[in-house]
Amino acid sequence: MAKSPKATRVLPNQDHLTSNAFVTLEAAPAASRISLRASPRGAAAFAKNIGFDLPAKPSTSKSKSGVVALWLGPDEWMVFSESEPEKSLQPRRDHREYSATDISHRNTAYIVSGSGAQATLNSSCPRDLSQATFPVGACSRTILGKAEVILYRTGKEKFRVECWRSFAPYVWGLLVSGAQDANL
Amino acid sequence: MLLIHCPYCEADHPELEFANAGEAHIVRPREMSNMSDEDFEAMFFIRDNPKGVSLERWRHVHGCGRFFNALRHTVSDTFLKVYKAGEARPSNDEIAKLIK
Ligand SMILES: [Zn+2]
Repeated sequence: MAKSPKATRVLPNQDHLTSNAFVTLEAAPAASRISLRASPRGAAAFAKNIGFDLPAKPSTSKSKSGVVALWLGPDEWMVFSESEPEKSLQPRRDHREYSATDISHRNTAYIVSGSGAQATLNSSCPRDLSQATFPVGACSRTILGKAEVILYRTGKEKFRVECWRSFAPYVWGLLVSGAQDANL
Repeated sequence: MLLIHCPYCEADHPELEFANAGEAHIVRPREMSNMSDEDFEAMFFIRDNPKGVSLERWRHVHGCGRFFNALRHTVSDTFLKVYKAGEARPSNDEIAKLIK
């Protein structure tokens, strides 16, 4: 019997990397991701799978041992992990009061870092990303140009930009031109 | 850019993240098939278009995703009040106080 071929997964932004004096743009490594919708009871049940409570305050995040949970809405979170990208975070036992959907390959992400990171994002995102309103650990769904993205501030000068896989070339284009502006 | 307060995010966010979703507090009847054509037309198509305070549904579509209600002044575009979906319509007295 012929050996069945193994599919090779290719990130849409695999080779994307550029930098100037103020900002570095790069593709984030592959990650496993869950889109979670849950009632308060469902959220408590899901928390047992990841070993920590989901963030309850708007626009905040929590993380433990490489697993990150981002608050997106009163009953919605994105949970992701880069530590074992091929292993789904999908819980083995489901619960009636939550819906956990694997979106590992629906999304892809960029890392924007450097003293010009905020200026780069603000070239096409209308959000106030100053540290007073968007501190380290803050996260939110918002828009970048016409693309919906999730921003997550991982450091004073470091952001993670999650976008839909098919939007990656568009988002990359905006980030590259934003980085050029930040370098002026 | 207009900043709109989202009652679920508990913060002011740029208008580009929001979508207007029509007039608020329209009561959809349970038995639409029993309605007269005139009543159906009034319920389904006819909307207020006030020069002044408009009660509207909005959705924080590129944010938390939630629908909520807002009182917006149609002349100045000022958002006088926002409140969560399901909360009671502000009384006319309260609305009158807000525009003063
Ligand atoms: Zn919101």
